Amino acid sequence: MSSVRLTRGSGLGLGVALLWFSLLVLIPLAAVVATAAAGGWDGFWQAVTNEQTAAAIRLTVGTALLVTVVNVVMGTLIAWVLVRDRFPGQRALEVLIDVPFALPTIVAGLVLLSLYGPDSPLGLDVANTRAAVFLAFLFVTLPFVVRTVQPVLAELDREVEEAAASLGASRLATFRRIILPALAPAIAAGAALSFARGVSEYGSLVLLSGNLPLRTEVTSVRILSSIENDNLGNAAAVATVLLAISFAVIVALDVIQRRVGRRG
Amino acid sequence: MSIEVTGVSKRFGDFVALQDVSVSIPSGQLTALLGPSGGGKSTLLRIIAGLEYADAGTVGIEGLDATALPARKRGVGFVFQHYAAFKHLTVRRNIAFGLEIRKRPKDEIRRRVDELLALVHLEQFAERLPAQLSGGQRQRMALARALAVEPKVLLLDEPFGALDAKVRKELREWLRRLHDEVHVTTVFVTHDQEEALEVADEIVVVNEGRVEQIGTPDQLYDEPANDFVMRFLGPVTQLGDLLVRPHDVALSPGADDPDAVAGRVARVVRVGFEVRVEVSTGEQVVLATLTRTEFLRLGVGVGATVSVRVVPGAPVVAVPGSVVRSGLEVPAR
Amino acid sequence: MGRGRGPGRWVARAIVTAYLVLLVAWPLWLVAQHTIADGLDGLRGIVDDPDVVHALRLTVVVAVVSVVLNTVFGVGISLLVVRYAFPGKRLLNALLDVPLSVSPIVVGLALVLVYGGRSGWFGPALESAGLQVIFSTPGIILATTFVALPLVIREVVPVLEEIGTEQEQAAQSLGATAAQTFRRITLPAIRWGVTYGVVLSLARSLGEFGAVKVVSGNVLGETRTATLVVEEKYLNFDQGGAYATAFLLALVAVACIVVVSIIRPKEGPR
Repeated sequence: MSSVRLTRGSGLGLGVALLWFSLLVLIPLAAVVATAAAGGWDGFWQAVTNEQTAAAIRLTVGTALLVTVVNVVMGTLIAWVLVRDRFPGQRALEVLIDVPFALPTIVAGLVLLSLYGPDSPLGLDVANTRAAVFLAFLFVTLPFVVRTVQPVLAELDREVEEAAASLGASRLATFRRIILPALAPAIAAGAALSFARGVSEYGSLVLLSGNLPLRTEVTSVRILSSIENDNLGNAAAVATVLLAISFAVIVALDVIQRRVGRRG
Repeated sequence: MSIEVTGVSKRFGDFVALQDVSVSIPSGQLTALLGPSGGGKSTLLRIIAGLEYADAGTVGIEGLDATALPARKRGVGFVFQHYAAFKHLTVRRNIAFGLEIRKRPKDEIRRRVDELLALVHLEQFAERLPAQLSGGQRQRMALARALAVEPKVLLLDEPFGALDAKVRKELREWLRRLHDEVHVTTVFVTHDQEEALEVADEIVVVNEGRVEQIGTPDQLYDEPANDFVMRFLGPVTQLGDLLVRPHDVALSPGADDPDAVAGRVARVVRVGFEVRVEVSTGEQVVLATLTRTEFLRLGVGVGATVSVRVVPGAPVVAVPGSVVRSGLEVPAR
Repeated sequence: MGRGRGPGRWVARAIVTAYLVLLVAWPLWLVAQHTIADGLDGLRGIVDDPDVVHALRLTVVVAVVSVVLNTVFGVGISLLVVRYAFPGKRLLNALLDVPLSVSPIVVGLALVLVYGGRSGWFGPALESAGLQVIFSTPGIILATTFVALPLVIREVVPVLEEIGTEQEQAAQSLGATAAQTFRRITLPAIRWGVTYGVVLSLARSLGEFGAVKVVSGNVLGETRTATLVVEEKYLNFDQGGAYATAFLLALVAVACIVVVSIIRPKEGPR
């Protein structure tokens, strides 16, 4: 009863909104896929299996997966501490979580370089190595798991945990059998977002990873160099791979959200 | 007639909310739409208000065909179950809303709002936000807001449904008094038969998308059109093929009354001034409600043989299909 | 784990704090230190550099235009998606999140393929009509708007769902038109959601790098934005200038986050 059929005014509004969205997002993304398809299957396959490109895709996806695993653990732990613990300075930690989201990516690269670059006060110089790619992904994906798990954890009914404890469950058993299943959809959603963000990262790597072919070059950089060499077909083919990954993540998110919706 | 609903039908997907409903609501009266949840009464009210549109049929308000008019042009005041308070506006601004929309002069708005604040006893809360009011106060504010624009009809959707029992009772007495003062044609939806019987001049019983009966509270109680109305308005018990109210069942000692059914007292429960006696007639358990005095005069206990009959002149309704059942029928809510 | 006393709580607290300090706080602090250690000469240096000033101005103009576009579009589409039923709504809902997970380089490429002046789908026609998109300000605006598109929507949709339709219906029954209902009832109810969305979009728009790099052409004093200045200065061994510009951008970003975190708790007793 809360959603009604379109009226003339709202129908017009929807039309204008869809036109704008199509011109800005849908048609350009379709152009990427169309351009990739124009090169035929062989062209596409050649573009994405080129030694340098394949290495970049492997590095990007592999590092993003690894970072996602770290985020699942650390993000859940951070959310837990922020929701269930109270200590001075907590508010500052809350702000730190969101910094990677708002910080320009090129600045993020520079920021990381100051602690993990050649002038590192810790003596940890990871610049121009694969560890730099990992570090950059870790930085830019920090907020996702934390911010999806946090509200769910805050809403979680403490009485259920107390009931479990009163039935003799240990802390660990309560966490594993009661809390974790309740958080699982949020963790999965956060993980999907963090993976997608990692795979598509570019800006923070520019100054940090050195973009060394076959070693620290990620997919976005490969696409950019194709663009700069005016090989748009090649760029579109590789971009299509990234779009397919994004699309898969969105489908996964939709499925997770619908399952949560049904449960709620 | 103030509101004339003719042949209205409404579906939500596969669910039939209203089926060919026709109702006339007279001017100046307080009318209740009574029925179980999901029976279509709220949908009917929302169609009258223009918040929902009928698939078929017409709605007339004060002689004007309002079927296709949008809500804002119908001149109805609507009060929602959950108040629909404008949370960012003070009580005063909430009540003034309709007048501000109509671009009335400032001093007139101020005067009118002051009158209404006094009418709903919220004078000292004028500058508060809705969040700082209790549920009952919010609902009175919502009522004042609806009355501010001098609507032709006032529609209330389960107005006291979200309040606790005590406040609810106070508010419905207050609504009755308010209506006697203001005299605007008022229709309210409720699933509480006591509320309808106590407050309304006229009751429309709505069930499964149809009107079961229209009448005064007395008519409905004394001459129920069918077993649904009978059951919905209060407790019933079954004697033979007849539905009857437990307090209209008379008991006499012994089995010598030839017009009565003989039975054995199976259980006696006393609740305050009232004594509930369950009599087993062999095939049925009949419930009789007596006062304490009547019960003492009867002078029987569990196991005694008694004659059971319906008090002459009491309303009875034949059970459709006459399936024999036993015991107390809880009023359907 | 958790609220119990025990050492677990302290360990969790220490791990989380150390992780966030090492990953975010310390590096951020070092950039600030670098900039200030230069005696603010770096900052003065970039303010005196007309090319940098031009870049900053362009960045602000682009960000403001794209925030306005995204706010109008975002509030409008949120209303439509939450309040109305229409075929394809679920698909649209999913597609609205796409810009969040697309690589900025792919965004740039996509826009070049459609609006590129030489071989784009619409570009040559637009160019002959006198509108150059790619390698020009409109392209930078499009790219920035693309990447920040979902932010307002993601803030406004939950608020709209939470407030429900009753207040709007009450306003209509009191005689308000659709426009009056929106201005007097809906907009005040969603104002905090819109505010967060605008602040986040602003931060994102000021800082967009990859997509802008592809579509701007990076022409000094014309289409170079602030983030492009950071890269260019760093690669040209002007570390002071790079750090100063980065510091300025970081300052704005952190300010946006702090503003959001300060106003957010007030959302409660709405």
